[in-house]
Amino acid sequence: MKSSPPAGRAESSGPVASWWLLGPGLLWMGLLFVVPLSLVLVISFAERGTYGGIVWSLSLTNYLDLLHPLYAHILGQSILLAAVTTMLCLIMGFPLAYYIARAAPGRQGMLLLLVMIPFWTNFLVRTYAWMFILRTEGLLNTLLLKLGVIAAPIELLYSNTAVVIGLVYGYLPFMVLPLFVALEQVDRTLVEAAWDLYATRWVILRRIIVPLARPGIMAGCLLVFIPSLGAFLTPDLLGGARSMMVGNLIQHEFLVARDWPLGAAISCLLMLFVMGMMRWLLHAAKPVSRQEDAS
Amino acid sequence: MKQAGGWLWRVSLANLFFLYGPIAVLILFSFNASRLSATWQGWTWQWYRALWVNQALLDATVNSLWVATVSTVLALFLGVGLAVGLDSLPGRRQRQIEQAMLLPLVIPEVMMGVSLLLFFVLLQIPLSLMTVMVGHALFNLPVVMIIVRARLKKLDPRLMEVAADLGASYWDTLRHVTIPLLRPAILGAGLMAFTISLDDFIVTYFTAGPGATTLPLKVYSMIKSGMSPEINALSVLFVIVSMGLIGLSLLVQRR
Repeated sequence: MKSSPPAGRAESSGPVASWWLLGPGLLWMGLLFVVPLSLVLVISFAERGTYGGIVWSLSLTNYLDLLHPLYAHILGQSILLAAVTTMLCLIMGFPLAYYIARAAPGRQGMLLLLVMIPFWTNFLVRTYAWMFILRTEGLLNTLLLKLGVIAAPIELLYSNTAVVIGLVYGYLPFMVLPLFVALEQVDRTLVEAAWDLYATRWVILRRIIVPLARPGIMAGCLLVFIPSLGAFLTPDLLGGARSMMVGNLIQHEFLVARDWPLGAAISCLLMLFVMGMMRWLLHAAKPVSRQEDAS
Repeated sequence: MKQAGGWLWRVSLANLFFLYGPIAVLILFSFNASRLSATWQGWTWQWYRALWVNQALLDATVNSLWVATVSTVLALFLGVGLAVGLDSLPGRRQRQIEQAMLLPLVIPEVMMGVSLLLFFVLLQIPLSLMTVMVGHALFNLPVVMIIVRARLKKLDPRLMEVAADLGASYWDTLRHVTIPLLRPAILGAGLMAFTISLDDFIVTYFTAGPGATTLPLKVYSMIKSGMSPEINALSVLFVIVSMGLIGLSLLVQRR
């Protein structure tokens, strides 16, 4: 933003030559990102052929089909599970981010690294770890039985609870990082001033810290909500037959039911939702100016 | 806020326990002698040894390494070019493209997988390891571009200006000044892309043809067909390799 490099160095033969550098990358993205996504949009208006092919047409059948209770239920459930995941990540991540933001600079780096390391391990593997813990003969049940807390193993795996646990586990770092960035910038003298004026801890949190950290909170929530909403692996492995989410529905329509137009329509709906959320965030997170006023 | 300190520390610790517990459990039980239960029955290496003689697994590993290598090289060529070439555009255009390149990283991965599948099938391109490589190069390109551009913005523009003043052409400056200065970022981005490719499941799942089984696809089918300590052992290897590569990537970029 501030440091857009001077045009000087590129002026000689740059602009023409640079197209040789830019061209292939832009072409690649256009051909493999923009075109395929546009195809999805186009196909969503087509109809399914008798043998699963595509019959080109311009109809809203697929979108109307999505109003069917079965699909509406899955869509609603996905939003619900993603929202619960986001809330839990916020509740768990906020104290952690706050703690890191207040830590000594030397420790900050280390703590952030600790938060990120699990994120860099394979998602499939991390999900599998929870299967190992939660299943009926799994670690948790074995432990609880040994301790005499429960008399018979409880069904933990293949449920919405398991899906939420898996999602929170997978995306918690996405919440902590933007929260940390925002909380670190909160002027500590403001907190001290409020403390001196006998504000309670709750008032300080609600009236000072949260409003100032708002852009980070919004960013974190979005970064958790979007991948949770479109999750495939977590509900696929940890969820039961009844915890299907949009991602699974899309996969099912494309690879199992072979109703591509319907799958495309669901994808477009998901995409629309994600884009809408992002736009909303960009608007809602804007009042950063308030932060400047305050400090 | 002093009193809150202890409470914050305990909650943070609980968070870290939540993040590391499952991984620790996985590692520990990959050495458990019992095949079926989650009760501890002594140490063994046998699950690791079983991996070593599993031909399907070794084949999948070779596939994964191929895909990661080719897609990383592709993403590096395209991504570095994009990062460097972007500088010649007006500032507003630069930001537009930079923001647009975030989109592939933000949209649900299932979307990317499905759209590529549709694209390949409609163009009648048979699904194979090739299509997987193309897909991986697609999501790795923005990663490379972002890392390289972050470094590029930190470079002193005067270095390039001096080269131009001394009569170096655009390409000469690029080859002898810009690229060497960017080397740590390029290396780091490459390692990062390689790791992401090795780990990817979803895009691979949608773009892989029959026979084009990568390691994550293999792990997935193993998990689907039932839990076994071999999967634990394989998972541990995954954890070690990804962490090692990412650690290396961060180390390289620090220079």
